[in-house]
Amino acid sequence: MSKLAIEKVERIFPGVRGGAPTRAIEPITLDVMDNDFITILGPSGCGKSTLLRIVAGLDTPTVGQVLLDGARITRAGADRGMVFQSYTLFPWLTVRENICFGLVEKGMPLPEQKEICDFYLDRVGLAAFANHLPRQLSGGMQQRTALARALANNPKLLLLDEPFGALDHQTRELMQELLLGIWEQDRKTVLFVTHDIDEAIFMASRVVVMSARPGRIKCDVPVPFEHPRDYKIKTTTAFAELKARLTEEIRGEAMRAVEMGA
Amino acid sequence: MSPLKPIARGRRIALGVAFFVIFALAWGAVTLGGLVSPTFLASPPQMLKGGWSLLTEFGFAKDIGVTVWRVLGGFVIAAALAVPLGVAMGAYKPVEAFFEPFISFARYLPASAFIPLLILWLGVGEAQKLAVIFIGSFFQIVLMVAVTVGQTRRDLVEAAYTLGATDAGILKRVLIPYAGPEIAEHLRLTLGWAWTYVIVAELIGSSSGIGHMITDSQALLATDQMIFGIIIIGLIGLISDFVFQAINRRLFHWKLA
Repeated sequence: MSKLAIEKVERIFPGVRGGAPTRAIEPITLDVMDNDFITILGPSGCGKSTLLRIVAGLDTPTVGQVLLDGARITRAGADRGMVFQSYTLFPWLTVRENICFGLVEKGMPLPEQKEICDFYLDRVGLAAFANHLPRQLSGGMQQRTALARALANNPKLLLLDEPFGALDHQTRELMQELLLGIWEQDRKTVLFVTHDIDEAIFMASRVVVMSARPGRIKCDVPVPFEHPRDYKIKTTTAFAELKARLTEEIRGEAMRAVEMGA
Repeated sequence: MSPLKPIARGRRIALGVAFFVIFALAWGAVTLGGLVSPTFLASPPQMLKGGWSLLTEFGFAKDIGVTVWRVLGGFVIAAALAVPLGVAMGAYKPVEAFFEPFISFARYLPASAFIPLLILWLGVGEAQKLAVIFIGSFFQIVLMVAVTVGQTRRDLVEAAYTLGATDAGILKRVLIPYAGPEIAEHLRLTLGWAWTYVIVAELIGSSSGIGHMITDSQALLATDQMIFGIIIIGLIGLISDFVFQAINRRLFHWKLA
């Protein structure tokens, strides 16, 4: 049985001021296996974030349903951790308090909280910044904290909505390696939304390409590279071939998106 | 001078003080120079002398104490009731839909116009003074707090939900801490307005307080004492504002420090 089943999910946003309703995604069906790392690749405005928000429980599908371990998702919950593109650390809490946010909500005893927090602080390399406030951190450090905060809850599913989209290129590549390293150890089930083809291939076990609006799945491409992956695979021929293929797939969609005024 | 370019601390303070000095000099010049009759405007030294006699001979310190007490009392009661209601309105849209239209209307009812009515209902005692301040502050605070809470960043709320927060958790651990610094700033502003209301209440029906002293002095044409009273109000307002700012900065160092 699949871990996550997206069944004929469709999302139509009602028209604004009597305008025509917007069809964000057409019926999408997608099965995600346990330990899969799936990247959802698509041009901007293709509804990939909408799909992720539906899985997170932050949005409701107009038609269809999403099942996690066979149970229907109706609202957001601690079993699906999410990292957003915008910086969403709570500015009044320190790095440590941010990471413990979900644990406090669970009513976990303090010593346990501290243990989990220390573990993830260490994994994202922020042990020395535990007592800093978010505004004292760089963008990359903030997203590392957000990742640690999501992982500390030990979710069944990790949802990432272009988490590195606002970072500079170099930081972004380091973050990809960090996330991939964590995944290679934990093998969490991951859904990662991006419009960056390199990023999509480098981390994923499957790349799902979405079409321009209304979004639907255009193709579903397995990524054959062995783990652990090194950043050097980005310069191999096999990587380049896969990239060429995906570039071709996405290019047409991006052009359509631009024509539609996305 | 370039737009928005900061200036050094020392220069900023010097410029701020300079205005007070120029103001006092100009005032001294028109009064001591004989341009304005002392009947209408006392000179600065005259004002200080009048103030001194108020404090030493007429027990003005007690009046100041009474007024401060009234402002704080009325303000604390208003804030204690208005902040929770404002938070509830900002957080829960049905609550907002229920209260908002009436409070928006009530906000424009001038507190000072209630004074005759309140004297009828509550007499000229302390309850009436507190009621004037309450009416003047309560509706303003409610609305400002409601708007602030309603403007909480949605992505922070969503992040909290994905971390397993319950609805109560969102209110307690996201909406309130996020709105905290701005609520404190609204309260600071409202405290300033409360000073205006208390003086108006004391001018009309009172036997104590700074406002009462000013009315008494008017009967005697004692412009020195009236001006002294007004300046005392300004000074206390300024001090309370500084204290409030310092407390806010300490409480909300994540934002204001």
